[in-house]
Amino acid sequence: MTRHYLDHNATTDIRPEVIARMAEVMGRLGNASALHSYGRAAKALVEAAREQVAALVGAPRAQDVIFTASGTEANNMAAWARPDLTYRPSAVEHVAALQARGDAQPLAVDSRGGVQVSEDLSSALVACQLANNETGIVQDLSLLAGKTGYLHVDAVQAAGKIAVDMPALAADSLALSAHKFGGPQGVGALVIRPGLDMPALIHGGGQERRRRAGTENVAGIVGFGLAAELALRDLEATAAHTRKLRDALEASLPDGVQVVGREQPRLPNTACLLLPGKNASLSLMKADLAGVALSSGSACSSGKVAASHVLAAMGIAPDLAETALRISFGRSSSQADLEAAQALLAKLAA
Amino acid sequence: MTEPMALNSLGIDKDPSQTRVVVAMSGGVDSSVVAALMHEQGYDVVGLTMQLYDHGEALMKKGACCAGQDIYDARRVADELGFPHYVLDYESRFQDAVINDFADSYLRGETPIPCIRCNQTVKFRDMLATAEELEGDVLVTGHYVQRLEGPAGSELHRAVDPGKDQSYFLFATTQAQLDRLRFPLGGQSKEQTRRQAERFGLAVADKPDSQDICFVPDGDYASLVARLRPGALEPGDIVDLDGKVLGGHQGIVGYTIGQRRGLNIGGSAEPLYVVRLEPASNRVIVGPKSALARSLVYVKELNWLGPALPADGEGLAVTVKLRSAQAPQAALIRSLSAQTPDRAVIELLEPAFGIAPGQAAVVYDGERVLGGGWIEGAEQVAGQ
Repeated sequence: MTRHYLDHNATTDIRPEVIARMAEVMGRLGNASALHSYGRAAKALVEAAREQVAALVGAPRAQDVIFTASGTEANNMAAWARPDLTYRPSAVEHVAALQARGDAQPLAVDSRGGVQVSEDLSSALVACQLANNETGIVQDLSLLAGKTGYLHVDAVQAAGKIAVDMPALAADSLALSAHKFGGPQGVGALVIRPGLDMPALIHGGGQERRRRAGTENVAGIVGFGLAAELALRDLEATAAHTRKLRDALEASLPDGVQVVGREQPRLPNTACLLLPGKNASLSLMKADLAGVALSSGSACSSGKVAASHVLAAMGIAPDLAETALRISFGRSSSQADLEAAQALLAKLAA
Repeated sequence: MTEPMALNSLGIDKDPSQTRVVVAMSGGVDSSVVAALMHEQGYDVVGLTMQLYDHGEALMKKGACCAGQDIYDARRVADELGFPHYVLDYESRFQDAVINDFADSYLRGETPIPCIRCNQTVKFRDMLATAEELEGDVLVTGHYVQRLEGPAGSELHRAVDPGKDQSYFLFATTQAQLDRLRFPLGGQSKEQTRRQAERFGLAVADKPDSQDICFVPDGDYASLVARLRPGALEPGDIVDLDGKVLGGHQGIVGYTIGQRRGLNIGGSAEPLYVVRLEPASNRVIVGPKSALARSLVYVKELNWLGPALPADGEGLAVTVKLRSAQAPQAALIRSLSAQTPDRAVIELLEPAFGIAPGQAAVVYDGERVLGGGWIEGAEQVAGQ
């Protein structure tokens, strides 16, 4: 059976150049915290990667990049950057932000998925995505700029797909994850505004300027840096490639299938589809048995598919929301993948 | 002339690789072995496991995951053998069709069997429908029961291992369901299954059989009913057949007809048994064993897999099981009337003791299951 991977928002192919570079670095001895030559060599690799990651998001200083083990960790760090502020993640945030603090008071979004700013947020730590992982809808963060006590931007899904300009966003911090744009899994970063004081979430060592303890994942960080550089270089081409496939898919949908956020600014690669009357968990099983990998909402560790809080927050009725399928294209996606998706949707919607 | 294609081991005229076999996997030894056997025989196996209730909540453990260990065990077997496995979220269906029915049945003074309701609803209605959606040719389970081809189609028979026979719990399987079901373990002993589990190197080989009702892991179903139906458990009287108060109870839910232990009433010359439960007056009626004798059993929701039932006359000579752990006894069964084909009366040749409404009456012709129904009442014929 020919398989087709259409779940690039979950994770995407690691770049071959990244694998080669990481394999080489893994063979090198040295703890980046050590003062001897081995340590200095490792440290130099980490610092070079820091510059590559800073460049991806337009951060003026590489030293403001704090490497973490995941985008989730970066979102957690940001949530706890200012415990004195009320934590206000948008209602469509990834659970990595929504559940980062038990006292979260979500900010409502409108039916188009846009965050609502109708109250004084000057004493709030607001967490807001640049782009939503399920729908691809891009937030207008200018609505929040200058109005919050602290603005954290979760750019995990946006980076590598659209341009990210951290200074223009007026963000205090911004979360990234390497594996969403061709880097390895298990590496992320929190990028902070120059001069911001960021307390550590993980204690027990002076790494990352005392902001994140633990021996650096040197190979992972190097892979992250290279992936960031390549993603920035290929940003336009990747977006054009995936947009062509995504738009072709959306132009050929079977009758009755709806697109969430079609009129909104969206990531170029993401299609969130509603198939009225067709339960998504069954659709996913059928897709998998047909060799087509896609996803829906967020899956529990048991494999049980949970209802999407994102679609619920946008006011989509539960019986419609539970039919949602996400198809996300990537650099490696082909015309054959598109055709497989079209054939699958025709079968599912029948 | 081409040779007719031989039937595969599941009785289907397709090559195993072209036959999609959906296996209901509970995470236990039996269904894991079935899945492994099907995979070994080259079938296109798809494993399904039902998520039936919030496991953390059932164990009253705050923060425990929604899924029990069993789901992970099933997933692990599928991953190791290398076939797809999916979890079906049947929590709300199970709550409606099984757990609520269980509580209401107890409150009516009955003794329910939720495992049969589960087979009847989520397993052989909903899961079978999903198996068909997934283009499964058959749904296979690890039940110890046999499906044999008879002259008039598929028949349900007792397992060859009498100690493991689960036919009582499958009486409500309809003919249409039976046609699409397969039970590969029905022809072997539990010992053989354990040896196969070891041969396949399954991590679940030593897992003990489940004993309790799955959603009441601590066995305290009275507490569950109390949680589900607040205020339903009222203290009341235990009375004798003449209405004399002998003691008290903390809710009729804690009692079942035929029960002798745990009544906490003394002073009677002969042992006393629960004879009747009266939800309306909230009374438990006790009496001597002789007061339990019944020879006519009325059943509802009759599921019939055998030859058409006579509505009058002599009735059909059969054997019947009125409890799961009971040897079949000789009886005659007849339909109550042509207008009510889902009701029947069973006349026992010897009276039975402790027949509880809510239990199943399962009817056999030798080893074959002819059908059965839910016991709604029983009476003693004068003179017997």
